[in-house]
Amino acid sequence: MKRILVPIKRVVDYNVRIRVKPDGTGVVTDGVKMSINPFDEIALEEALRIKEQGHAEEVVAVTIGGNDCQQQLRTALAMGADRALHVLCDEVIEPLVAAKILLKLIEKEAPILAILGKQAIDDDCNQTGQMLAALWDRPQATFASKVEIAGESVRVTREVDAGLETLEIDLPAVITTDLRLNEPRYVKLPDIMKAKKKPLDVIDPVSLGVTVTQRIKATHYAPPAARSKGVMVKDTAELVTALRSKGLV
Amino acid sequence: MNKVLIIAEHDGSRLNPATNKCVRCAHDLGESDITVVVFAAEPAAIAAEAAKIDRVQTVLTVAHSAHAPLLSANVAPQVAAMASPYTHIFGPSTTFGKDLMPRVAALLDAAQVSDIMAVESARCFKRPIYAGNAIVTVEVEPGAPVIATVRTASFEAAATTESSAAIESISPEVTLPQHTRFVSMSAARSDRPDLQTANRVVSGGRALGSAENFQILYSLADKLGAAVGASRAAVDAGYAANDMQVGQTGKIIAPELYLAFGISGAIQHLTGIKDARTIVAINKDAEAPIFEVADYGLVGDLFQIVPELETLLSAN
Ligand SMILES: Cc1cc2nc3c(=O)[nH]c(=O)nc-3n(C[C@H](O)[C@H](O)[C@H](O)COP(=O)(O)OP(=O)(O)OC[C@H]3O[C@@H](n4cnc5c(N)ncnc54)[C@H](O)[C@@H]3O)c2cc1C
Repeated sequence: MKRILVPIKRVVDYNVRIRVKPDGTGVVTDGVKMSINPFDEIALEEALRIKEQGHAEEVVAVTIGGNDCQQQLRTALAMGADRALHVLCDEVIEPLVAAKILLKLIEKEAPILAILGKQAIDDDCNQTGQMLAALWDRPQATFASKVEIAGESVRVTREVDAGLETLEIDLPAVITTDLRLNEPRYVKLPDIMKAKKKPLDVIDPVSLGVTVTQRIKATHYAPPAARSKGVMVKDTAELVTALRSKGLV
Repeated sequence: MNKVLIIAEHDGSRLNPATNKCVRCAHDLGESDITVVVFAAEPAAIAAEAAKIDRVQTVLTVAHSAHAPLLSANVAPQVAAMASPYTHIFGPSTTFGKDLMPRVAALLDAAQVSDIMAVESARCFKRPIYAGNAIVTVEVEPGAPVIATVRTASFEAAATTESSAAIESISPEVTLPQHTRFVSMSAARSDRPDLQTANRVVSGGRALGSAENFQILYSLADKLGAAVGASRAAVDAGYAANDMQVGQTGKIIAPELYLAFGISGAIQHLTGIKDARTIVAINKDAEAPIFEVADYGLVGDLFQIVPELETLLSAN
């Protein structure tokens, strides 16, 4: 079966104003709205579109994390994923460990594509897709803004600093998504009801033979340095005078 | 003593200044032996530039026709093959480095520190998370190589010197994969300064309303010798090219002067400009969040203010 694997991560919603705990041990996440990482939502949307175009038959959403993550998996199922895998673990999962777990799932599921968000908006690491591609020894096309399947390969347009780069990569492959790839669909109420009946398997990481280790320890969290308060000017002339006096123009 | 390997970024003929910034970051590690490696079809000119960067001891070149342009699938296994002597391997936090370095790290079974913004010690770094709304201090476990990307907006470029480091050609023994092929690159050619290195940046948001209206910013930018940037809303709406986006998912920049016209100041945008020396915001909404970070704020209609600015800047 032609399958697409879409890993998703539960993160603090992008509209939440982040506050660092006063004791510097982390950021406040209690009682804060959680969502699917926006880039992962785009990844899922792309996988669904590829399936709808007839290039794949099944979309499998997967997440690694604690029990609460099932909310996001249910949302993924409501969006249209056919089934979901939940690798249950409460420890901190670094990108390398996530990639190792995903590789084990790939060995079982044998997808033609793994589509991931280019970064998670909590740790902003931007690593997991590339690491997975390396461990899987398959091509990667990161920061995708256009994906076209053509037989045994796929053409991906990538948003890079200098402009738009197009690569052709052989399947199976890893793609990571940028924001302009698509606009994810809205979930409708009947789909939420249907999603409750779709299969969601819980997997123990130990059964996959991956040990969860932490190689980079976070020792302290702090708010960013605040910029000093500026001044309001009343008109363009005053602005130009101010900038001239500072030698900025 | 640290042994640092820095992967040079370039466009096939010239060294990208992001590389100098990685070297500057490496200076902060303490006593270090710094090597820059240039993967290119014709590395000589690029290597000569790298050899002049302050405190670079060695420049290695890997010449191969497959390295035009650079593909991570080709570069990563070669970096991994030459990695063993090094305690640190750095690349810039540009789309080039972000694409490449995690592939290198995974091949070495090492974790990666993304976006180093400050060096606390040789194994301890500060990096931004949550779109820069928190700064975390991280420590890499002992023994493992430190694989990292360097947030270029946080470091000055290392100086260039008269003396030149030794340049050596090497060829790591790796069979390059055939699964990844370059098709094309479409770059908006522009005579304006590069957004990532420009001293001045003029930037526009959704308020510009059309690609035609964006022209008024180009005209102002040319007057100032500035690069032109845009918010995500302006890029999504097609007013500006994707490589002009500033912010969490666009470019992180640190110009001397940043002029924001009709940009509300969403956190994802502010992430990209926090290190600008001076921020000027022009917005018709006095409550716009951009004013909270602006050094100079002006409430008003940009379509009136931009031409006024141009006229005043022309007058002496
Ligand atoms: C995961 C994620 C990543 C993102 N990454 C980025 C990113 O990298 N960069 C980025 O910019 N955004 C990013 N965004 C989007 C961000 O949240 C905002 O939606 C976006 O920055 C808004 O752009 P804007 O300020 O141009 O538009 P708006 O928020 O619509 O603001 C327009 C402003 O123009 C003002 N205005 C209107 N008319 C005039 C006039 N005539 N004269 C003067 N002022 C006027 C209005 O008062 C308003 O403040 C991201 C969002 C998400 C979810």
